[in-house]
Amino acid sequence: MYPREFEYMAAASIDEAVSALAANPGAKVMSGGMSLIPLMKLRLLSPEMVIDIGRIPGLDGITDEGDHIAIGALARHADVGSSALVAEHGRALAQAASWTGDVQVRNRGTLAGALAHADLAADTPAAALALGAIMVAQGPGGTREIAAADFFVDTLTSALSPDEVLVEVRLPKRGGQSAYDKLGRRGGHTDYAVAGAAAWVQMDGGEVADCAIALTGVGTKPQLAEGAMEALRGSGSDGAAAAADRALEGVTVLEDLYGSEEYKAHLAKVYVRRAVEQAMAG
Amino acid sequence: MSTTSVMGGVVKRREDPALIRGTGLYVDDVKLPGMLHVGFVRSPYAHARIDSVDTSAAASMEGVVAVYTADDVRHLGPLLAQVPIGKLRPLLADGDVKHSGQAVAMVVATSPGRARDAVDAVDVDYEPLPAIVDLKEAAADGARVHDELDSNIIHTWTYHDYWDALDLEDPRPKIEEAKQRDDVVVVSQEMINQRLIPVAIEPRSVVAQWNDGYQRFTVQSSSQVPHALSGAISKTFGLAANAVRVIAPEVGGGFGAKLNVYADEMLVCFAAQQTGRPVKFTETRRESANSTIQGRGWVGTATLIGTSDGEILGYELHALADMGAYTQNFTVAIPLLGLWVASGQYTFPTSWVVDCVTTHTMTTDAYRGAGRPEAIYYLERIIDMYAREIGMDPIEVREKNYWQSDQFPAVMGCGFALDSGDYHGSTAKLKEVAGYDALRAMQESARAEGRHIGIGMSSYVEVCGFGPAVLEDIGFSWTSYGLPSSFNGSGLVRVNPDGTATVIIGTGPSGQGHETTWAQIVSDGLGLPVEQIVVRHGDTAESPMGIGTFGSRSIAVDGAATYEATARVRARAAKIAAHLLEAAAEDLVFEDGGAHVAGSPDSSVTWTEIAKVAYQAHKGPEGMESGLEESVTFTPPNATWPFGSHLAVVEVDDTTGDVKLLDYFAADDCGNVINPMIVAGQVHGGIAQGVGQALFEDAVYDADGNLLTGSLVDYIIPTAGDLPSFHTARTVTPTDVNPLGVKGIGEAGTIASAQTIVNAVVDALAPLGVKHIDMPLRPKRVWQAIQDAKGA
Repeated sequence: MYPREFEYMAAASIDEAVSALAANPGAKVMSGGMSLIPLMKLRLLSPEMVIDIGRIPGLDGITDEGDHIAIGALARHADVGSSALVAEHGRALAQAASWTGDVQVRNRGTLAGALAHADLAADTPAAALALGAIMVAQGPGGTREIAAADFFVDTLTSALSPDEVLVEVRLPKRGGQSAYDKLGRRGGHTDYAVAGAAAWVQMDGGEVADCAIALTGVGTKPQLAEGAMEALRGSGSDGAAAAADRALEGVTVLEDLYGSEEYKAHLAKVYVRRAVEQAMAG
Repeated sequence: MSTTSVMGGVVKRREDPALIRGTGLYVDDVKLPGMLHVGFVRSPYAHARIDSVDTSAAASMEGVVAVYTADDVRHLGPLLAQVPIGKLRPLLADGDVKHSGQAVAMVVATSPGRARDAVDAVDVDYEPLPAIVDLKEAAADGARVHDELDSNIIHTWTYHDYWDALDLEDPRPKIEEAKQRDDVVVVSQEMINQRLIPVAIEPRSVVAQWNDGYQRFTVQSSSQVPHALSGAISKTFGLAANAVRVIAPEVGGGFGAKLNVYADEMLVCFAAQQTGRPVKFTETRRESANSTIQGRGWVGTATLIGTSDGEILGYELHALADMGAYTQNFTVAIPLLGLWVASGQYTFPTSWVVDCVTTHTMTTDAYRGAGRPEAIYYLERIIDMYAREIGMDPIEVREKNYWQSDQFPAVMGCGFALDSGDYHGSTAKLKEVAGYDALRAMQESARAEGRHIGIGMSSYVEVCGFGPAVLEDIGFSWTSYGLPSSFNGSGLVRVNPDGTATVIIGTGPSGQGHETTWAQIVSDGLGLPVEQIVVRHGDTAESPMGIGTFGSRSIAVDGAATYEATARVRARAAKIAAHLLEAAAEDLVFEDGGAHVAGSPDSSVTWTEIAKVAYQAHKGPEGMESGLEESVTFTPPNATWPFGSHLAVVEVDDTTGDVKLLDYFAADDCGNVINPMIVAGQVHGGIAQGVGQALFEDAVYDADGNLLTGSLVDYIIPTAGDLPSFHTARTVTPTDVNPLGVKGIGEAGTIASAQTIVNAVVDALAPLGVKHIDMPLRPKRVWQAIQDAKGA
């Protein structure tokens, strides 16, 4: 478990990290290191330089910014999972964060780091998608916002440019209710998702006025289940089953050690239904 | 606070402060001046011809001291094995590779990172060849892993043939006769007991030093068997036994994987000898997965014949057991351990055939339970299926077929005698602690609500305390390593001149708590507080001849030797105390740190006073020999046969196949108990590993022989968070094969638990028509079984 030799730089500020990234193409940014370090030890990834943003002060906040909740780049899964603000405005994200990894990983790994890593079976990307989270990226030209729906491009690939750092995750306060549910590889909610779904619903007089549903663990990337969303919009409080029936539209189901294509397709429907029902139940 | 008379009492583990606070010394902590580090070039193919190995680029890298291939080490011969049936492993691959992860070349460099870099620079030209991974394909006529062997079936263990010599009755006619009866039920099921990867927290690590002046090795290794390793090194390098000192310092878990002797241990010695510098190898987790031995790996069909009212008339098993590519230490002998417990707690005739099959995979060998979990799995699964078939409570069926407590010692069909037992009492205890009737009532009402609750039970017999002298006749010994043919136990007890005691034993802990348990034995025998006793182990230079810690044998064998040595020291001390107190030795009582005359506590002498005299012969009784030390070697007349029953309660989500283990109960009988907390700890750990096999763990090779589960991301081991709090209970049926009346408890939990869980899950899903699911019971398999049952 020895990585190839690399340079290590502890950035004192985001500006410094962004400059270093621009000056060293191929460098990797590290926050909690829970995904990067194992990949380097296995030599699946051998960057020439690691830029550690984990020591920059003031980036671990979760604050109320009026129309959104701002989650700093260094907020840990444990912080997000236990945040009253996140619980109030995006319960699905709090659940997803609290079921990520194990206690050590949750105490060390960061939400922003996990989103940037874009693992196809990670929990928080599904919640970020369903809640319409906004990613704030900073590069040499300044900052830009990327909608969650545009952020997860492919397996382990996000919309971040190689010279950008994910500096903040914004959770819009758009009302409604949300939930995340999954089957973990160890059963229950433990370990990576064999399949998981996050749902956000906004009810208006017994009807679904707006909603978003996202899947993880099933296909090539965490993604919105557009068909299920279309089915649910405008339906009543019993719309979960109809949404589940269309869970797989536009999703390429992948078989792995934890499930056949048939089983994962089945689970996708089960968890879309459960997530929607739980979101509606509040 | 001083503690004496502590046998049977909870004494907190004395080793834990060091282990928890990080002051224990593990092999990888060892840093020696000038030490070099090893990296291995490992085959990415399960089967390939090696056309060339080009080490020149690696050898010229900065920090690389040497690169070795088969050409350099061929003269040392293959890795020695204790039961050398099948193909022995070349130290480095010689012309071909037979499993993925096989070591092809060894790089020696100034740091582990440099060694790892240089490994990538070694250019091996492989010609990939087809791999045989599937056990049935491997066992088919004409299949060959090694051209020089006649068949991939390298040995067959049977009940009948093997024991002809013992003049035992062949059970097969009885079983055949039972099958012909028209009033019997016959149940038969093919089942897989999947391959597992032992996962110790501490990976294996070895450091070797060669002293060219003395021509001696000093080797530190994370080993369960330092004496065996010492013997293997001395044999491999043509040295006398006393020229190799092996030290096993703290060992962070072994589970049988460190009961093996490894090629890398020989190779590190070779490199130390060649370079004249200390050399270390510490395996990575990935290397551990594919180059440390694996366990289990059986596919077999169990058949049970019984009447419709629960009388079992016969049991048969025919299984294929995966040996992997090369034979190591006990590889081929592992199923034999299963054979000895094949009939479990039952009286019925048993016929057992297990073929040992070679495949293009890593070697298998002893993994916690070693053959016995496999044997008990097949037996206890098929009994459950039979109970369901005849509509009888599965516990009642078992009770109907147990040996009665007045039948011990009970000679089994395999020829061994069960030493002592009370199987009905043990099962009664389990039912009591679990509240069995209430659980069944709860299950009934849960089912009415549409919930799938299952209750599973398994009984077991384990065989441990190796072992009796007869074992050497059937391949269990260390003679290949030049060590004693008998599995003796040893213990040395020394009262030091200051009145404290030092105990040196031939086995050492890899987590079992020897330093506490042995101190209790000696404390009890000498009346000396536990705090005054130090237990030493694991250094072949100072400890008496030791066989090692495996097969739940330490306490029953080395513990018995220590008990006897303690008694002899006490007898010698009694003569001194009697002299000092002007009393009769037989009137003395040893307690509270000294001896006193029975009934006269004031007429006393402390151990410090006794010890002072013991080392000055002229002050002692006439004819006294100086010193106060005794060393005993103990050979038991029989193995010990612990037993018990476990019960699990599960709930299954029939929509997803997710299994939740709700509750777990264990009633174990390991004879007398020295430290109940340590015994419970062993049971807890054992259950966790059985649950791991039942629900999570699976060493998966693809059809080309690639290990797909080589990291802990995909090889899922249970954690505390995955498990409920276990309820452990005990009955006590002492053995008479050793003076302590103890039997051993290290493997009981593992042997008992996997099928307990499977029985519970199948019980939960029986109303849906599910009859069997192969382990691990991952949700996908459980769900698939439900779909298949619906379709049937």
